[in-house]
Amino acid sequence: MNNANRSNWLFHTYMIVFLAYMLLPLVVMGGAAFNDSRFPSIYPWVGFTDRWFVELFQDGRMWLSFRNTIFVAIAVVAISVPIGTAAAILINSLGGTTRSLLYGLMVAPVLTPGAVIGISTLLFWNKIGSGLGLNWWVFSAGLHLSALGQASFISAFVMLLVLARLQSFDRTLEEAALDLGASYTQVMRRILLPHLYPAIGAGAAIAFFQSVENFNVTLFTKGTYDTLTVYVFSKVRSGITPTINALALILIAVTIVGAIWYETRRRRNERRLAAIVEPA
Amino acid sequence: MNELLRRYGMPLTALFSVLTAFWLLILVILPYIYLFEESFRPYLPVTEVGGPNDTYSLNNYLAAFKQPSDWKLWLPLAWQPLIMPVQAPIHVQVFVHTILFSSLTTVLAFVLTYPIAYYLAKIANPKNVPVLFLLLLVPMWVSEILRAFAWFIILALKGPVNYGLIGLGVIADPIRWMTGYNSVILGLIYVYLLFMLLPVYNAVQSLDTNQIEAAEDLGSPWWRTHWRVILPHAKPGIASGSVTVFMLAAGSILVPTLLASTNSRWFTEVIYQWMFESQDWNTGSAYAFMLMILCTVFVSVVMRLFKVKLSDIAK
Repeated sequence: MNNANRSNWLFHTYMIVFLAYMLLPLVVMGGAAFNDSRFPSIYPWVGFTDRWFVELFQDGRMWLSFRNTIFVAIAVVAISVPIGTAAAILINSLGGTTRSLLYGLMVAPVLTPGAVIGISTLLFWNKIGSGLGLNWWVFSAGLHLSALGQASFISAFVMLLVLARLQSFDRTLEEAALDLGASYTQVMRRILLPHLYPAIGAGAAIAFFQSVENFNVTLFTKGTYDTLTVYVFSKVRSGITPTINALALILIAVTIVGAIWYETRRRRNERRLAAIVEPA
Repeated sequence: MNELLRRYGMPLTALFSVLTAFWLLILVILPYIYLFEESFRPYLPVTEVGGPNDTYSLNNYLAAFKQPSDWKLWLPLAWQPLIMPVQAPIHVQVFVHTILFSSLTTVLAFVLTYPIAYYLAKIANPKNVPVLFLLLLVPMWVSEILRAFAWFIILALKGPVNYGLIGLGVIADPIRWMTGYNSVILGLIYVYLLFMLLPVYNAVQSLDTNQIEAAEDLGSPWWRTHWRVILPHAKPGIASGSVTVFMLAAGSILVPTLLASTNSRWFTEVIYQWMFESQDWNTGSAYAFMLMILCTVFVSVVMRLFKVKLSDIAK
């Protein structure tokens, strides 16, 4: 018993150290956003300032790349959610070698480095363009290629989520609906899709975040446009100012508020569920 | 397929097939084929494409073996490279370093997160686990580039680590931390650690606690319980985490660019150079293809080693 207590104590300590390791770098980065020093740092504390936030909000390039990021993310959601859902339904009705082969092909982009996806997407559309002798913008680097490249692996995340949800689907419901004279589209809209909505919703959220976060695919396909990650990257390389810290702090704050909101909602639902299961 | 037709009818089945085909053909397979094909062609001015000089060869791959120089092997924790008695092409050296340090990152990420995964799954009060996860996942929501940037600030010449150490009187002059590969490894571990924690936690969590207690009741010391009961059960999670971390680390562009010095390059940086500084997309493709082969080999080695299937890894 004594031994177990001691080992638990060790585990608790390690957990705290680990949490500090995960969070302190973010504190350092966020804190530097308020320091009136040209180089982002917290230790020689020069003085409190909000000028990095002001500079950030006045930066037109930041707003432009912010807008681009949102556009690309929406496009990725619009492409990968239908594709992922369709692919999951399709693969779920298959078996044997065809299924394993298709599954392997669908998962492969997730296990491929982003740089490879980016370069192959860029090359493919370029070669199609020059092969057809067309000089349209569709065939040269740009944000539309970033969206297509990102969708090629983000669709797999949606597919995996929907496929997992399909395992708990009672197929006899569809049979019953068909026997009762429902049309195919009715079966789809009224029976199958409502069951899949939670997975589709989660898939859309993941697709959106993955797209916003993406750097590797975007870097190779973006052409002359910037997304937020590329903007931060070029800022860090060209000359660091604490405006990046200000941006980081805003993102962290949004994250934490969102996480707390999610957690309180989850707890409230849990309590409500408990109240239903065991009426007091 | 017949099953699908019977349930959803022709139009919907056709729609599913078209969407899946668009994804797999237009977004995945054809681009990879083009990448492969282009990697064997020479880099030519537009007017000469398709001309007599446009023939297949291995030249783009052989480019990696040019520019031999002293084989400077960086070892983990070293501040200076080891000069080997042989010469090796620079890009081969970069490739070897990328494999070496991505593997090291993967192993260290597992060693650091396994106790946490075990703690969260089996020791911590289940009531606290959601809050702990919430805190742990904050860095995950903050994008990759900002996580790397945080370490850039911490390790900077005028950063808090140097000032702190000088303030404590440990060192007299600031140390240049971002030299060699140490800062890259630090950054890679921090940035990709959680991709190891989550699958390993899920795997450990699915183990019946009774099995651990049974092992203990039968007199198994703690290390044997882990070695014979928990780790074998967690294998799919470990495989999944390892593949993800290795792939992300080897394919990372951000972390090495931000945290490395000029003497410690990453393979992705070389690819980027070919693509956008030399504008030689063909050699760039060849290098990208090599990176892809490396990751494929790693995935199959892990699958063989851990005896898991692809569907266990992709969860």
